[in-house]
Amino acid sequence: MPDVASAAISAVPRTPRWAHSANTVRRLARRRSTIAFCLCLPLILLTAGFVVYPALYAIWLSMLNKKMITFVGLDNFAFLLRRNTFQLVIFQSCLFAVTAVIFKAVLGFIMAHLMHNLSGKSQRIWRGLLLIPWVIPLPLSTLTWWWMFDPSYSAFNWLLEQVGIGPVPWLGVGWIARFCTIAVNVWFGAPFFLIMYLAALKSVPEQLYEAAAIDGAGAIQKLIYITLPTMRNIIAITVLFSLIITFADFDIVRILTGGGPQDLTHVFATYAFQVGIQSGDIPLGAAGSLFMFPILAVSAFFVLRGITRRSKEIAA
Amino acid sequence: MSASTVIFDNVPGERRTRSSAERHRKWALWGSYIALGCFVVMLLAPPFYTLMTSLKSSEEISAQSGNPWIVHHPTLANFWYLITYPNFQTYYVNSLMITVVVVVISLAIAIPAAFSLARMRFWGSQAFSTGVFLTYLVPASLLFLPLFKIVGFLGLINNVWCLAVLYPTLAAPFATWIMIGYFSSLPKELDEAALIDGAGYLQMLLKIFIPVAMPGIIAATIFAFTVSWGSFLYPLAYLYTSNQMVLTVGIISDLIRGDVFQWGKIMAACVLASLPPVFIYAFLMDYFVAGLTAGATKG
Repeated sequence: MPDVASAAISAVPRTPRWAHSANTVRRLARRRSTIAFCLCLPLILLTAGFVVYPALYAIWLSMLNKKMITFVGLDNFAFLLRRNTFQLVIFQSCLFAVTAVIFKAVLGFIMAHLMHNLSGKSQRIWRGLLLIPWVIPLPLSTLTWWWMFDPSYSAFNWLLEQVGIGPVPWLGVGWIARFCTIAVNVWFGAPFFLIMYLAALKSVPEQLYEAAAIDGAGAIQKLIYITLPTMRNIIAITVLFSLIITFADFDIVRILTGGGPQDLTHVFATYAFQVGIQSGDIPLGAAGSLFMFPILAVSAFFVLRGITRRSKEIAA
Repeated sequence: MSASTVIFDNVPGERRTRSSAERHRKWALWGSYIALGCFVVMLLAPPFYTLMTSLKSSEEISAQSGNPWIVHHPTLANFWYLITYPNFQTYYVNSLMITVVVVVISLAIAIPAAFSLARMRFWGSQAFSTGVFLTYLVPASLLFLPLFKIVGFLGLINNVWCLAVLYPTLAAPFATWIMIGYFSSLPKELDEAALIDGAGYLQMLLKIFIPVAMPGIIAATIFAFTVSWGSFLYPLAYLYTSNQMVLTVGIISDLIRGDVFQWGKIMAACVLASLPPVFIYAFLMDYFVAGLTAGATKG
């Protein structure tokens, strides 16, 4: 019923009271959409030429042989899946992304909560300090981490020596090296979660907490019954968004370990780089990086759904 | 009636809980400061170590004695070496040049597109604005191999200008997304008034929307700057000779030769290369943060 009414209202200006005016309106509308399309054209061309086309081209490339002459169907994918190294790459990519995102989300959440207690002015100062890892270009800060992980005389090993623990071969042993790559990613990405959560915490209405306090709710109950449900959407968006970025990460592993020791830290991106650029087998590398696609697509779908919901919430 | 009696009954008790709540809050505040202090120490340890190492001489680093976290004989020799080192100058100039061009191109593409998607409609515009966001989610590591062929086809392999073509694909979609958010938040009356005064759409964009949406434009600029200054994969894959390199790959390929690590110089180079983003951040933190959060809270 209200729909009909609103339709009737919106139809009013369109009724042709003056026939020629309706014509003008239509012509204006057409001109308007032409202008609108022209304003978008550079972006359309850019994304079509350097995002959509390469993405489709990657699929085609991945089905060629090394010299890129013969069509081999899905052989590259099958070959990769049979390779022990690539099975490890799949495992390591998932381990890297999932562990890093969980730690980033938890640490970011804790930091955001701590910051939320502070007053506005000191909050700015602390935020300024805590965001610094995010500001320094990642390849450069990863170099520092590399230097800190140096096995002979490094920052960390010196500290450990002071408490009587022998030198740790940080990047020389599989599981320790995996831990190191994840730690660097957490260090770099946690401030992003902090900022997102802090913005979301500010949007939780204060009255809800007051009402809960009157009802005798403790801090943990407030967290479980008010904070988390209100922030659910932002948490989901941030986590999935970060999952995409982390999953496709290249810089950290490339600089810190180069995939070693014994390919035990390779992720999809670094493996594709090694196979495609360094060994010159572009089709095989393209096939390797395309294995990222399903996870990226699923995450992207849910991010988009989350954002649509959120904008509806804001509008409502 | 019953409500007023309840409130009346509660007054003494409430006073007691309020003072205890205040004490509780004070404790929470101090706890927060201490915990945040720990986080700051952990998060700022690497930048601090970068700075310390950059001030050390090669002798001090190779001596391997004493506390590596502090510098015993500070020297600016590493910085001086880099500033007078022609290769490093080339990297810096290349980075600056590419970044300026990329920021200009990205904004020139993003602002009109965002205006059109936020304020005007055309067939498929709704789907396209979703598509813009999706292109932002496509990572560089998925595209760099087919792009290698495309860049080769354009004759731009080992040419620093290939980055001026490729970086806008990373920066423009998100910049557009930020700008769509800003443009949609402006009141509709603004364009109605402009239309009544006889302004065309281009005039409306240039004379009204761009000045009003300046905060959004600054946020988008900072984002494009960050992307273009810090990217690593494309230059590593497509640039080979030192006269074409930018800072991120130049530092790594030039200062690390085989097994020889000149850590003092590498760290000094990191400090110098981090200066522009840190500088911008120090002055425009709020815009920086706005750009960061825009992806999920706007639009």
